Amino acid sequence: MNIELITYLILGILAISSAIVTIANRHPIYSAMALIVHFFALAGIYLTLQSQFIAVLQILVYAGAIMVLVIFVLMLLNLSHEDKVKLRIQSRQSFGILLSAILMIIIASTISAANPTQPKVSDVSSMFSPQNLGQILYTNHLVAFELVGILLLTAIIGAIVMAKKKLVD
Amino acid sequence: MNSIPLEFYIILSGILFTIGALGVVLRRNAIIIFMSIEIMLNSVNLSFVAFSRYLADPAGQIFVFFVMAVAAAESAVGLAIIIALFKKKETVYVDEVNSLKH
Repeated sequence: MNIELITYLILGILAISSAIVTIANRHPIYSAMALIVHFFALAGIYLTLQSQFIAVLQILVYAGAIMVLVIFVLMLLNLSHEDKVKLRIQSRQSFGILLSAILMIIIASTISAANPTQPKVSDVSSMFSPQNLGQILYTNHLVAFELVGILLLTAIIGAIVMAKKKLVD
Repeated sequence: MNSIPLEFYIILSGILFTIGALGVVLRRNAIIIFMSIEIMLNSVNLSFVAFSRYLADPAGQIFVFFVMAVAAAESAVGLAIIIALFKKKETVYVDEVNSLKH
């Protein structure tokens, strides 16, 4: 047991438990808080993979931007009639658990069938530096980068139009 | 260097993806379904980063960058849809949205 493995195990258990809290909690605001913990745990796991740029991006984009948006929407909607809603069909719950179990079995069998050989692990911290990644992004993937800019602009316009529009029956 | 086997990350990614899928099929609150989708996207990102690190290939990192950009666009549009739904139906529970059924 070295320090890396211990860090990985703590962060992995934190990520799994906060994900379970996210989907199991009755109140969406507590789910959102657990999801922030989940994003931070994943950022820590990215750090154990020497991917500092992705870890910073994870905190900025997910824990920063997306979760602020989610909590803002929760505040805007003010869901007070939370407990009045009951599950209509109880059988659907067991059906959903069955489906997820099948999915888990499929994923587990695929992982074990792939039987990945352990590649020779080298130091990649200079390869994954923001400088190197930026160079790759702006030379090899420039068109995709520009298209992502257009996609984000379209999403902003779509979000404004959809949230502003007076809906008529 | 790194003593954690690659399988550990892939198994963690699979478990997180299943938890996200479970949230999508079990919960009826549209916002929690939305958060479960974020968990699934993140689990896929984790496997991308793990493979990228163990194969020493930066392409995986670039892919995660694009996945994050698309997830940001998806969250903006998705939450706008939820707001529009709430304005029209006064609910975010997907059970109560059944206009296509009747």
